[in-house]
Amino acid sequence: MKPPLLELSDLTVEIGGRRLLEGIDLTVRSGEVHALVGANGSGKTTLARLLMGAEGYRSSAGAVRFEGTDLLALPMHERARRGIAIAWQEPVALEGLSIADYLGCGPVKQPAAACLEQVGLDPGEYLERPLDRGLSGGERRRIELAALLSLGPRLAILDEPTAGIDLSSLPLIEAAIPALRRAGAAVLLITHEETLARQADVASQICGGRIVCSGKPERVVDRYKHRVCVRCEGERCHD
Amino acid sequence: MTELRALRDAFAMIGEDPAEVLAPDTAHLIAHGHQVISSQSIPGVRLETHGEEDCIKVRLDIAPGGNIEKPIHLCFGLFERFGTQNVDLVLTLGAGARATVWSHCLFTLPLAARHAMTARVELGPDAELRSNETHYHGLSGLIEVIPHAIVRVGPGARYIADFSLVQGCVGTLDIDYAVAVEEGGVAELTSKVYGHRSDRIRIREAVSLDGAGARGLVKTRVAVEDDASAEIVGATYGNAPGARGHVDCMEIVRGRATARAVPEVSVSHPEAKVTHEAAIGSVDARQLETLMARGLAPDDAVDRIILGMLR
Repeated sequence: MKPPLLELSDLTVEIGGRRLLEGIDLTVRSGEVHALVGANGSGKTTLARLLMGAEGYRSSAGAVRFEGTDLLALPMHERARRGIAIAWQEPVALEGLSIADYLGCGPVKQPAAACLEQVGLDPGEYLERPLDRGLSGGERRRIELAALLSLGPRLAILDEPTAGIDLSSLPLIEAAIPALRRAGAAVLLITHEETLARQADVASQICGGRIVCSGKPERVVDRYKHRVCVRCEGERCHD
Repeated sequence: MTELRALRDAFAMIGEDPAEVLAPDTAHLIAHGHQVISSQSIPGVRLETHGEEDCIKVRLDIAPGGNIEKPIHLCFGLFERFGTQNVDLVLTLGAGARATVWSHCLFTLPLAARHAMTARVELGPDAELRSNETHYHGLSGLIEVIPHAIVRVGPGARYIADFSLVQGCVGTLDIDYAVAVEEGGVAELTSKVYGHRSDRIRIREAVSLDGAGARGLVKTRVAVEDDASAEIVGATYGNAPGARGHVDCMEIVRGRATARAVPEVSVSHPEAKVTHEAAIGSVDARQLETLMARGLAPDDAVDRIILGMLR
């Protein structure tokens, strides 16, 4: 068994007096794809944002270790420099920056053009385009994935990478996940896509801010699909 | 000539090729203070200049139907420690004429200076003028820039104006543009300014959509830091059927700087429509975290966002 890359133990997050995550125990090993499934509002994106160190997301209890280091003590940019990268669920526009500028930001390890090709975007057409509101949601999401690939991360957090993607491009997005794994990265894959989740090595189901089931993806996905949940008895485990 | 050499050096410093500006097929005016150093007309572009004791008078006429391929360069500046430059500009484009005017305002050397321009611009029917005015200042913070313009955009004409002052300290800036747009005409005004230290920035840009189907956009991007201040008035008046206007003001404030945006929109015809959006504050948190999540330190991420906005 590969060593743990990311370890969450008894993690609790409260924001504005509301407990959004509670007692989370989760381990992601090097080179492993770990799918996280759960209904809207169950805490998936909260967990992603907390791991990345987004403003306002602080733990009230528990610990997160990344390669043995206390991750929560590090600022966001330091987490990125240590190899954690995220493809945001709702990427923002950045006025005045081209796609090439964006993919060239930070400690990049792969050329922007190659990363765009990997997500099915023609570099000749896209590299010099502004990263503004002129891009569709699907295009922006693919660029976000390309931006993550350019960093060559050790831990890739993919927050709903296939949402809003057209059917013909889905295979390219799906192919990026095993490519990350082959490159040695671990992937925390937040998704509603059953087929995508089934390709993971491990899956966890989250409900009401708690991990209610972890294990083989087939089992976890089937339980989620059939609303088998020890926490809500299926009442909240649907979108 | 010393000034010409200084100007060549200044051009090299800002990345412009002086040979391009001085080429025989390029219309240009080069002025130091109230002294005209070089002036050149070309077929289709008549440039008359007259340097007086306290002012440079410039008349620039683009012949009707003329399509001037190479940009017309207007280079203003001061190459002394102190000085004043007043410019009185009359610019006309005949019917169907098309031209691009690049105004380079070089004030990197003066410690204290005043540059005031009064411009009257007339675009004939279906003419198109692209005007790019870029300022380069030093760090003294004692430069006073006062560009005032009255612009008439004729029927079906297009007036696209960009003003940029993002290098060096602004000093004091007082822009006042009033643009009247006739039937089917278009006016787009974009200003980008970065204020530091104790810079004072005041921008008033007003577009009056007077003709049916006239279009207007007033776009302002200002960043201020330290003790700088900015007051932006973006005004658009919809006075005719089918007129459409938009005011878009974004200001980023850092440190003790202050900013104020006053969108002024009014409609006097039931079939006209004018919209506005204004955002003032610190850098957008989500933009910031998007760049920090790529390993940029907070200050570097803020700089990248501001420079992107001002690009």
